[in-house]
Amino acid sequence: MGPFLEALSFQAGYNAALVAIGAALLGFAAGAGGSFLFLRKRALVSDAVAHATLPGVGIAFIIMVALGGDGRSLWGLLIGSAVSAWIGLLAVEWMVRRTRLSEDAAIGAILSVFFGLGIVLLTIIQGMSRGRQAGLEDFLLGSTAGMLFQDAVLIAGGGALVVVAIWLLRRPMTLVAFDPAFAAARGVNVRRVDLAMMGLVLAVTVIGLKLVGLILIVALLIIPPVTARFWSERAETVVWTAGCIGAVSGWVGAALSASAPALPTGPIIVLVAAGLFALSLLFAPARGVAASLMARRAFQRRVHRRQGLLALSRAEPIHDPLTLRILRREDLIRPDGVATDTGRAAAAKVARDERRWSIARQLHHDTALTGRYDGLTPIEQVFTPDEITHFDAAIGGPNLAGGT
Amino acid sequence: MAEISLVDTRNALDPASPLAVRGLTVSYGEKPALFSLDATFPAGAMSAIVGPNGAGKSTFLKAALGLIPRVSGEVQVFGRDVDRVRDRIAYVPQRASVDWDFPTTAIDVVLMGLYGQIGLWRRISGQYKARARACLDRVGMGEFADRQIGQLSGGQQQRVFLARALAQEADLFLLDEPFAGVDAATERAIIDVLKSLQAEGRSIVAVHHDLSTVPDYFDHVMLVNLRRIAEGPVRQVFTAAALSETYGGRLGATQIDTLILQGA
Repeated sequence: MGPFLEALSFQAGYNAALVAIGAALLGFAAGAGGSFLFLRKRALVSDAVAHATLPGVGIAFIIMVALGGDGRSLWGLLIGSAVSAWIGLLAVEWMVRRTRLSEDAAIGAILSVFFGLGIVLLTIIQGMSRGRQAGLEDFLLGSTAGMLFQDAVLIAGGGALVVVAIWLLRRPMTLVAFDPAFAAARGVNVRRVDLAMMGLVLAVTVIGLKLVGLILIVALLIIPPVTARFWSERAETVVWTAGCIGAVSGWVGAALSASAPALPTGPIIVLVAAGLFALSLLFAPARGVAASLMARRAFQRRVHRRQGLLALSRAEPIHDPLTLRILRREDLIRPDGVATDTGRAAAAKVARDERRWSIARQLHHDTALTGRYDGLTPIEQVFTPDEITHFDAAIGGPNLAGGT
Repeated sequence: MAEISLVDTRNALDPASPLAVRGLTVSYGEKPALFSLDATFPAGAMSAIVGPNGAGKSTFLKAALGLIPRVSGEVQVFGRDVDRVRDRIAYVPQRASVDWDFPTTAIDVVLMGLYGQIGLWRRISGQYKARARACLDRVGMGEFADRQIGQLSGGQQQRVFLARALAQEADLFLLDEPFAGVDAATERAIIDVLKSLQAEGRSIVAVHHDLSTVPDYFDHVMLVNLRRIAEGPVRQVFTAAALSETYGGRLGATQIDTLILQGA
């Protein structure tokens, strides 16, 4: 674990530290930018964009070699990939607008055609006698090995720029993702905002090619937002939480990869993100699996308790073992099933609640309030004491409104 | 305007009208949804757009706002091109058009109505939050400000969208089926708010599906089914003849009689 901890704490050398920072910034940009895709329900477009980068990498390499270089300039390769990804994106848009194809079909078509073309170009390049082809395949799965100082600066700087752009565009993008018709009526150019959103995703993809690789960059765009969604009900919080999750994944993943250079970086970063996703899925409050299981159990216990007390108040026998167990545990009945004093009092209160509700539903006109009767909600939570006094008067019994 | 009136004095759009259209045709593919429609909604009135399903009611609002392209026709809002007066329009789309699992709370939705004033980048200060909360209070939703919208009932969701429109402080309110699928209490609350907006001198145009409440709620009505069948004050226009022309066989004669009697 020595090298990993060193890399994690930026002590594995200047270059490695810069790579870790770059990966964190890239992860932040991917998580935050991917959130808007996720909210707009267009997550898979990013997969088409990512796969459409590959022909650009190949063509840029060939052009650079033809111009006399060795074809390894990261700038050149990234510009090439950006151009071909943009063409792929416009092709998806065009197919959806001009034909009867749905977006998923268009994505499938563009993704496979561009990726196929890219693989063909890479194969041709392997056979070329000039240029330094070794390492081009790293664009598929990402690698920190052999990363140059200026490459790391490019990734870190690009990531930071994308984050700034996301901050600037966050409101129109939220508006369009939530309610495009309203946004358009307000004068927001929905198509342009969508293209800007895609442009940001494209930028993340291109910047992340070297580090994460084109096959898995989509995971870094999508896993952080779905993870963040477990933790918040507000779009802006989801966006920045997703950014942080992406940043942690990028940073930890890059550190792991730096300490085990034989492993491709992309899969490691994605596995870290997937680990955070699994934790959130299980343990997030309110939306997590454990919390909803517990909430369901608690609800079930409330139902059984209430039904048990109603049965007691009517002196009906209780057969359900769970109901019996709950009533016994709260000391509402004795082990032999006979109600205790507390049990009788609680049963009387429940019965009175039921009578009040039934009167309330006859007398009260506000259906929004009477509609809250669900058999469980105590009437004091819905009506004011004077209203309850009024109901009691209608029941005809003694005034019990304050008696709890 | 002088040059225009030289060319065509009879059909010039009324610049005082909050929403006037002439010769509006909208088509999905080669099947027109609205054909050569003229309409002039009066200022400061509650106006209804009424017609059977698929008659082009929602399409009319969307085309007036420029949300869908029009094949022909002219639209003016307060006598100007709609793009130049968007700040004076508040639009409440159909409730069904939204993803209810979207991570946003009631107050966040209302704040979206204030984005135009807050601007793109400025922090949302307490002043704006207070205004958003006041709008929620006005529709009786103050207590639900921090609820995620999917956890609200249909009627409550519709109130939140009305609150978002209120936040825009517009002069013209365009509502698409504001009473569709809401409970009676919400319908009452919404109509009260709309009436108070009208009392403030604002204009309201709503797509409406419940014929029985038209005479109660509205002053002005446009009956539409692909074309404009009739338009004018409810008392003059909401007649048995016009209704049966709008709805064809879909509305029985007795039904129409009941409606007209209620309106009288």
